[in-house]
Amino acid sequence: MKKLAYFPGCAMKDQARPDEAGTLHALAALGYEVAEIPRWNCCGTVYSLAQDDLMRHVGPVRNLIRVQGMGEKRVLTLCAMCYGTLKRSAQFVREEERLARINAFLDTEEDFRGGIEVVHLLTLLRDEVGYEELASRVKRSLNGLKVATYYGCVLLRPREFAVDDPDRPEVMERVVEAIGGAPVPFPERMECCGAYLTVGRSDIVTDRVGRILRSARGGGADLVVTTCPLCQFNLAERRPPVAPTLPVLYLGQVLGWAFGADEPANLFPLGGAR
Amino acid sequence: MNEVTVFIMGKGYHVPEGLTIMKAMEYAGYRLGRGCGCRGGYCGACATVYRLRGDYRLYADLACQTPVQDGMYIAQLPFTPAERPPYQLADLQPRGETLLSLFPELARCVACNTCTKACPQKLEVMDAVQAALRGDIPQVAELTFDCVSCGLCTMRCPAEISHHHVWQLARRLNGAYLTPRALHVQKRVQEVAAGVFKADLDTLLSLGKDALVAAYKAREIES
Repeated sequence: MKKLAYFPGCAMKDQARPDEAGTLHALAALGYEVAEIPRWNCCGTVYSLAQDDLMRHVGPVRNLIRVQGMGEKRVLTLCAMCYGTLKRSAQFVREEERLARINAFLDTEEDFRGGIEVVHLLTLLRDEVGYEELASRVKRSLNGLKVATYYGCVLLRPREFAVDDPDRPEVMERVVEAIGGAPVPFPERMECCGAYLTVGRSDIVTDRVGRILRSARGGGADLVVTTCPLCQFNLAERRPPVAPTLPVLYLGQVLGWAFGADEPANLFPLGGAR
Repeated sequence: MNEVTVFIMGKGYHVPEGLTIMKAMEYAGYRLGRGCGCRGGYCGACATVYRLRGDYRLYADLACQTPVQDGMYIAQLPFTPAERPPYQLADLQPRGETLLSLFPELARCVACNTCTKACPQKLEVMDAVQAALRGDIPQVAELTFDCVSCGLCTMRCPAEISHHHVWQLARRLNGAYLTPRALHVQKRVQEVAAGVFKADLDTLLSLGKDALVAAYKAREIES
């Protein structure tokens, strides 16, 4: 088993618990011993673009210090928002002066020394596990099920932090193919779902979600998969009344099912896929 | 008697070593109408901040629990203005959304940990905020069980969270909805109401002193 430090993020412990369970099953099947980092805090959700707003980096850096304290060199996230804030803060504090000031403020923690790599589920699956290995672990194939792969925006923008080519991503499609699914054409797959506007302006989210789901249905999809619990929540819970009734699942949960997890079986609206 | 010099609201006083801040203030002539309650560290009324000469840190503690040190600069915070929206516990669900909808400022936490540093009870206050954010009400209740509602974290928080009111709600939700019911207690209360123990009690009441002492000595006790 390969040890892997894991930052769940708040959504995975609240609304998205079933997503986490399925994904952890999949990771165990792939030989990972996932270790949740101790006493983690909210990643901050939205990365601060202000160059002088160091306080916004205190939360992400504190989490990276926890990873450092475990003796680990990298940390896995399952959420696009967490990935964005942790990865970008880790980059932000590579500048020595910023890091020195944040360390001086964090006087109850050991100094952050940098050098922690932040990985997302998708980059782990592509760069370390590999699609062939994924295919070899399949116990229940998606058996040609038509799947719309929804990236959303945070995983692909800005370019320097994108998990894949920000204009022509393919990692999700390759993962879906590896477990027997058939990705469908999906023009709106990189459009923003409205993200955290779900709290204060859910009407905007509902409008966008309607467009995204119609695009997925237009490509012939029977299932939409995401790799962000916030996108998943918005696509599933904020859809307009007239939107296609497509199921929306977190990709890791689908992987878990394909690798034989029993737990999400009753949640799994896969129709004929066996 | 050894004396130390402390500064209360900016004015210097020589007070005996070993006094608490509260007693030092009274020694200096202050009569405490607010900012003083149980004198035992339980009521949280005597929130106090202080600095020590040559140290940048702003310390926070309870006046009744903290001995004076030479060169202490002291100010009391007899009251903490804190927002507590009205709610009816019976109308609420024991979920994270409940905390966030009543106290949306929770989401402004930047994990600076200033609250934790301010806590005289040495609670992991920031961890409790984080648990609240992820909807883990039992964890909030557990982490804040020893909160005395002194308000020091609330006065220091850059996100302007009214911590102690959030904790109180979380503990109420936990107690009302999430903690297993004590069914044996309910059963026993019903038995008492139904008079199951009345005969035994009447017998005891009718005994004279000597018989009562003998009965007490002969009682069944757990070894």
